[in-house]
Order: sequence, then C-alpha cells, then structure tokens
Amino acid sequence: MNPSYYLLLSALLFSVGAVGVLVRRNAIVVFMCIELMLNAVNLSLVTFARINGTLDGQVMAFFVMVVAAAEVVVGLAIIMSIFRTRRSSSVDDANLLKY
Amino acid sequence: MTTLLAQTAGDAGIGEGIVFWILGPVALGAAIAMIFARNAVHSALFLVVTMLSLAVLYMMQQAPFLGFVQIIVYTGAVMMLFLFVLMLVGRDSSDSVVEVLRGQRVAALLLGLGLALLLVAGVGRTVFDVPSAGLGNDAANGNLPGIGKLIFTEYLFPFELTSALLITAALGAIVLAFAQKNRDAKRSQRETVIARLRGEHARISPLPGPGVYATANSVAVPALLPDGSIAPESLSELLEGHEVDEHPRAASDARSLTGRRPELPEGEQK
Repeated sequence: MNPSYYLLLSALLFSVGAVGVLVRRNAIVVFMCIELMLNAVNLSLVTFARINGTLDGQVMAFFVMVVAAAEVVVGLAIIMSIFRTRRSSSVDDANLLKY
Repeated sequence: MTTLLAQTAGDAGIGEGIVFWILGPVALGAAIAMIFARNAVHSALFLVVTMLSLAVLYMMQQAPFLGFVQIIVYTGAVMMLFLFVLMLVGRDSSDSVVEVLRGQRVAALLLGLGLALLLVAGVGRTVFDVPSAGLGNDAANGNLPGIGKLIFTEYLFPFELTSALLITAALGAIVLAFAQKNRDAKRSQRETVIARLRGEHARISPLPGPGVYATANSVAVPALLPDGSIAPESLSELLEGHEVDEHPRAASDARSLTGRRPELPEGEQK
C-alpha cells in the first residue's frame, strides 16, 4: 500500500483541527483541536520515517508527544485559573490580560 | 503481534490496506464529529476514538513503540486530564451559539477547506509516488532498541532538555493550580479578634439575635432592649420586607373540605 495515503489522512486531520480551533468557543475544546493537530503531525512524521527508512522521524514524533504532554498540563492549569477568576471557559470572555 | 509486524515490514500487502481504509475514515469522521459535537464531553470521547485509530495506524507503520505510547500517554493520561478539567470546570459550559464576529464560522470553514485542498494537492503532487524505503535495516533489531539507541546517542541533549521541560511544566501547573489557595485562606480566631478590635468590622460584637425566647416563638420577633424598646439591629430586613398574609382558616364545616354532599334524607329525591 502506498504510504502517501497516510500523509493525505494527516493533512485532512490537520485541517479539521485548524477549523476546530477557529470555530469553537470553549477553551477546552479548542485545546483538544490543538491536540488533534499535533497527532496529525505525528502521523506524518511516522510516515516520513517509513518512507525514508530511518527511525529519526519516530524519535521526532516521540519528542512531540513529550512536549504535547507538558503543554497540556500547563494549558489546562491556565484554563482552570482563568475559570476561577472569570467563572467561564469561553475564549471570548478572557479578553483582559489581567490576573 | 510479531507476525503482524513481520507482515508490515517494507511494503505491506493487502492487510495494511484493509486496516487503513477502515481506521482512516473512522479517525477522520471522529475528528469531524469532535468539532461539531455541542457537548464538550462528547468532543473528548470522539477525540479518544481518533487517537486510538491513529495508534493502530502507527503500529501498522512499523512504529509499535509509538503506538503504545500514543495509547498510554494520549488516551490514557492526556484525555483523562481533559475529562477531569471538564468535570471541574463544569460539563454544561457548552458553546454559545452567538457569533461574536459576523460570518466568522463560514470564513473558518472556507479557510479550512482551502487548507485541506492545498495540503492534499501538495502531497499528491510531490510525494505521492515516492517509493517507500521501509524500515528494513533499522527495524531488523526491533523497533524499541533502535529508538533507544537513537535517543541515547544522537538525540541525547534534546532528551535531557525534555526533562527540564517536564519539571518546569509540573512546577507551573502546581503554581497555577494553587494560586487561589492563599487568597481566601481561613483566618484564625486570634487574627479575627485582632481584626475586630482594629475596626475592620462594622461593630465589635455580633449582631443581637431576635427575641425568640423573650415573648414569642418566631424569628420575626425583635429583641427588646433593657428599657423595653425594640433593638433595631435585631430586625431582619428580609423578614420585615415581606408582608405575611394570614393563612386562610379552614371552614368550620368539615364537608366543604372533603367536597362531599350532605346526605339527603331518605325518600327525598331532587
């Protein structure tokens, strides 16, 4: 099977995630869409590793996963502290850079 | 598992195609459903479906380590964290249907469609018929030893940097999550007394209670001062603000309550 189909799937998933980031208002759902985009990029990295015949792409995807895990922890903590001060998790309400 | 991986070495045959054409649409459909699900918990569950399908696709592509890490880290840890925060923030905090910017959704959909077209066309024109080298040499000793060797030789410095990143992230999460605790910490009794004497409160002593035990059985009864006058601070604003109607008394005739007609005497028909 031609591995480029994986790249097409990855491109479509990335576009879906980008649309989600633009459309949704709930900050947590926006965050989930960012995770979806990271996953799509991981899929393309794994596919490129297979096409090139080296493992570097897989190591890169591994690092992306580590960074994504750290990002999720900090991002969700930020969302929670915004929710505590403003009682809302909508991205429209957080319009003041004020603690 | 080993036979599966052996089959997928190099250009795998028809089995990989079947798996891809089942799981690819599943992943894509779940991603689209995630965007359009109004409930945030449903979005999270759809994202779990997408991530699980991607994990199987990793395994089909000679990356079993990444596949399992995907299941453990993403669907196991990250999505559970998402669900925890959803429950803390409130599950019913669904999106508002009101568009803040007019036409923003249509524009976003058009832009996403354009991005998808651009990416698909780019992939199709450049790398579509590139022959796949396969991971024959690197995968000969197994996927996990190969990745371990790369991480601890060539990518050692980035790998150590990730430890600093993870520690920083954990510290940041702790700081952000505990920031609120200091603000409304409970004051001790001594601090409360000192604050009262310093004049932070309106009066030093607590407000007088109602005169329930003096004359009557109701909290609406005001307390009396030593000279017999009413203590104004014991009057409840809530209770004084409302006029209380007298309850309608039941009629003395018991039949009107039950609704039954009085028994007519025998032989007297209407």
